[in-house]
Amino acid sequence: MQFDWPILSVLIWLPIAGGLVMLALGERAIGLGRWVALVTTAVTFGLSTLLYTNFDMTTAQMQFVERLAWLPQFASYYALGVDGISMPLVILTTFITPLVVIAAWTVIEKKPAQYFASFLILEGLMVGVFAATDALLFYVFWEAMLIPMFIIIGVWGGPRRVYATIKFFLYTFLGSVFMLVSLIYMYLKTCDAGSCSYAIADFQRLPLAMNAQILIFIAFLLAFAVKVPMWPVHTWLPDAHVEAPTGGSVILAAIMLKMGGYGFLRFALPITPDAAQQLDWLVISLSLIAVVYIGFVALVQQDMKKLIAYSSIAHMGFVTLGSFLVFELVRVHGDVRGAAMGIDGAMVQMISHGLVSGAMFFCVGVLYDRVHSREISAYGGVVNKMPIFAAFAVLFAMANSGLPATSGFVGEFLVILASFRADFWYAFLAGLTLILGAAYTLWLVKRVVFGPVTNDHVAHLTDVNSRELFVLGVLAVAVLLLGVWPAPLLDVMRPTIEQLVQQITVSKL
Amino acid sequence: MIRESVLVTIVLAPLIASVLAGIAGKLIGRRGAHTVTILGVALSCGLSIYVLQQLLNGAPTYNDAWYTWLVSDGIRMEVGFLVDRLTALMMVVVTFVSLCVHIYTIGYMHDDPGYQRFFSYISLFTFSMLMLVMSNNFLQLFFGWEAVGLVSYLLIGFWYTRPSAIFANMKAFLVNRVGDFGFVLGIAGVVYFTGSLDYVTVFGQAEQIASQTLQIFPGVDWNAITVICILLFIGAMGKSAQVPLHVWLPDSMEGPTPISALIHAATMVTAGIFMVARMSPLFELSEMALSFVLVIGATTAFFMGLLGLVNNDIKRVVAYSTLSQLGYMTVALGASAYSVAIFHLMTHAFFKALLFLAAGSVIVAMHHEQDMRKMGGLKKYLPVTYWTALIGSLALIGFPGTSGFFSKDALIEAVHAANIPGATYAYWCVLLGVFVTAFYSFRLVFMTFHGSERFHTAADHHESHGGHDAHDDHGHGHSGPPEEAFWSIKLPLIVLAVPSLLIGAFTITPVLFGGYFGDAIFVRPEHDTVGHVGESFHGIVGFMLHALTGPVFWLMLAGVVASWYLYIKRPDLPDVIAEKFSAIYKVLSNKFYFDEINQFVFGKGSVGLGKALWKVGDVALIDGLAVNGSARVVGWLSGVVRRIQTGYLYHYAFAMIIGLSALIAWYVLR
Repeated sequence: MQFDWPILSVLIWLPIAGGLVMLALGERAIGLGRWVALVTTAVTFGLSTLLYTNFDMTTAQMQFVERLAWLPQFASYYALGVDGISMPLVILTTFITPLVVIAAWTVIEKKPAQYFASFLILEGLMVGVFAATDALLFYVFWEAMLIPMFIIIGVWGGPRRVYATIKFFLYTFLGSVFMLVSLIYMYLKTCDAGSCSYAIADFQRLPLAMNAQILIFIAFLLAFAVKVPMWPVHTWLPDAHVEAPTGGSVILAAIMLKMGGYGFLRFALPITPDAAQQLDWLVISLSLIAVVYIGFVALVQQDMKKLIAYSSIAHMGFVTLGSFLVFELVRVHGDVRGAAMGIDGAMVQMISHGLVSGAMFFCVGVLYDRVHSREISAYGGVVNKMPIFAAFAVLFAMANSGLPATSGFVGEFLVILASFRADFWYAFLAGLTLILGAAYTLWLVKRVVFGPVTNDHVAHLTDVNSRELFVLGVLAVAVLLLGVWPAPLLDVMRPTIEQLVQQITVSKL
Repeated sequence: MIRESVLVTIVLAPLIASVLAGIAGKLIGRRGAHTVTILGVALSCGLSIYVLQQLLNGAPTYNDAWYTWLVSDGIRMEVGFLVDRLTALMMVVVTFVSLCVHIYTIGYMHDDPGYQRFFSYISLFTFSMLMLVMSNNFLQLFFGWEAVGLVSYLLIGFWYTRPSAIFANMKAFLVNRVGDFGFVLGIAGVVYFTGSLDYVTVFGQAEQIASQTLQIFPGVDWNAITVICILLFIGAMGKSAQVPLHVWLPDSMEGPTPISALIHAATMVTAGIFMVARMSPLFELSEMALSFVLVIGATTAFFMGLLGLVNNDIKRVVAYSTLSQLGYMTVALGASAYSVAIFHLMTHAFFKALLFLAAGSVIVAMHHEQDMRKMGGLKKYLPVTYWTALIGSLALIGFPGTSGFFSKDALIEAVHAANIPGATYAYWCVLLGVFVTAFYSFRLVFMTFHGSERFHTAADHHESHGGHDAHDDHGHGHSGPPEEAFWSIKLPLIVLAVPSLLIGAFTITPVLFGGYFGDAIFVRPEHDTVGHVGESFHGIVGFMLHALTGPVFWLMLAGVVASWYLYIKRPDLPDVIAEKFSAIYKVLSNKFYFDEINQFVFGKGSVGLGKALWKVGDVALIDGLAVNGSARVVGWLSGVVRRIQTGYLYHYAFAMIIGLSALIAWYVLR
């Protein structure tokens, strides 16, 4: 059922308006400002659940669509809409942001109003990225989103925040300018065909020659691989995570990385299917390198946040692997069986990683707020002083190692099943995550959480307060629910993913 | 008819109890925690017996989905139950032993600050194990499989301040994950070839899988079913601790003794055995996989038993004996004697749980001393423990009449009848293993309960080294002569002693030769080793008399006598022998150096590889050369370009003149 009010616009502009109100109120009214932030994000989340409850699960069409003239001279519209791929990601965004607000409640001392405002504005822009159905509008949101994140890391970050934030900005910006060029190229192509358009759906239908497709695909690959991030353009992520404040890390890991995966599914695969088919070996190899190589690198990290950052890269390898299995499946078997499962797995992995990595960064934040160190060696025996925290930490660690009945298992399992169908060795290498993921995560837990109390800092730890308990508890419920009963998520995505598979197996030449 | 509501209650009762004891532990207190969990598992146990009874009275096999987990790509993945007689037997064994262990725990963990947490964990374990055995599909099997692994992880590391415990639990989880890696690939193979995760559907297509091949290495065709079975069995090797993935089980003794009995002896470690028996329609079609199973099992059965000969830690001796007995069960699987494997699994669950709980009783009485060299003569102080431990040991060595005799004798006979490659090796391993088993079992009995009392000095010694037990808060700090513990410790010993002694005699005829398992287990006629044993089976008395004429009985007797001679008659001899054969002794006491090799190759190796990839790949090449390098190149380039912009007019004028003349020259000469 559609609404007679523009729900997606509300989800985009309500948080942005909330953020502007907070900026107007200023730092002195922070007592009120916090509540503005909380109420805005909570209402946004509440409204976003209507997307799910009113979603038509029988169609792959865009739903809740809006279309306003924006730049009519360029045939670009303010066009919004969600389908089975973007809707879960919108809800993930609106779900995580209030938790970030709650977690930061009294923790941020420097300019808290601006801190909260940045996150609110960021939330609106991120929803915009997932909801935009016009390529130019998408691009505006995509780039605009960098600004609040740039500020969040640059202002509230750690000692090397300037290096990290510039690296983050240059990396992601460099990737996306090439995407802009290809979007403009395709716009001109649509004009050649008679009707100018920036609609993503028109780009997907646009016939493109092979060499053009290859160039466009490489541009997309640059833009999205940096975001995911894929090896070898991943090194900005550990630096950004280490320097970012807790909330920044959470948003970065939980949502911003997903935009890379989303980009592959929305742009690269359906717009340039023939180029993707030519170059799928590249993406698959990089994905498997991410799983195995990064798994080993994560093992030896000394910094908790760096370890989780590397673990994110390894987990996101499953997203790109699952998304690109389709071509190999067709080559080997001549049909697309297994392709939808791979993409299902990629999508579930994205949502799950959003919850789990977000939770892991929250856990690090809880410790950091007390001890002010991210070094693994600064901890040991935390469980003695923080038993409730330890229970959550172990739960999320298990989810991170892909334990069944947590969300972390679902995506990895589906992708492994699908990749076995494509090639035994894909499944073999991807399956190594069972061992590597458990090794780096549990070793982390062993050194930080278990053992006797190692130092004075740990001896003076106090267990989570009710605010932290709420954040971790909500995430724990989500992680378990999605692990025990993922069917509702899969049901929403099915028609869209089926159509996507159909789309990318039809040549555009 | 078996009703779904009954089955759902069976699995959920322990789960709800576990959640209550775990989350509301402070609120309901110690008494509340043990009451609610014991009620939960008792309910499960009662209903499991009821279900078994229904099946025995002719109720049809239950096989239905409970709910749909997800649907992807047309493949429906469900959570559901398959309850036939194989399942029902496992359910009863699991819940019964679990109930005994729950009761035992009241006494054993009496003074532990983590009392509620412990009850929560063991109830969670019961839930997970039930999900595993009751599953009707591969997915839920894997759920239970990993969930029991999780609880095992939590329980081995229960005393989390002990460095050895938190090392052991991580090791256990990771080694199991190596097995699970194979297991997941096996499941993926099943889905690949059948498009289903459902047991019945998959088994129905077993023949069709067997007719296909898989090219893992280019140019080499492997039979699909062999690949799948071996991959699945790798999972079983992790969970059921088969060589070379056995290394975690001895270390798992870091956990409290009740869970050693429940998880690391009676139930979880037998999950692999159960799984292979459940998969008999697949394994039967691959002789190669069966041979693989047979050889791995035989190696475990014999060589792990040897390690029990030299260990002095009472729990570790029992642990090595568990390894060896798991090897026996695996051998039976390899010999297609699935029913015998399950039969031995059942008798073993009772007598090994009994032995562990008895060992725990000794440990409590000895104020948490586990070294048998510091015990001796405990018989008169701990009569209940002694007699029950003796019954357990007799069952373990297969003394005629005890439950272990029937299962082990039938097992060895079945292996003798097998004729697939590796069967001869397996037969010799299990045969010689009988001597080894008898020797270490009675070495334990003699060192602990007979001979001179060595514990008074030991107790003093213990007091003076108060830090020996890392969990000092565990209490039992009082000294004095050892005395029998609470009723809650004694009761489970007595309750378990009964089936340890009797269940074999009562059930061998129907279970092995009476078609008890029906369709649950599939054996191809040419592999029917159990049938072969059955041909010469004429009642239990005949079976016992027949045993007297075979080598098994005499090897067992020789083992007992040898250990009596060495540990009672001439207690000075073992040291002499150890010195004489110091090379062998060293290899055995170092457990064949498995730990050292693993630590070096996999532990140090992967950390080294990780460091190399990080420092060379990420830091030096990608960041150093490419990222910061290109930043430097840009910096350098702009430095170079800047020099052109000197700001001197004559430089610019000069450049213009050169440019102009070049243009003219080009224009003229063109």
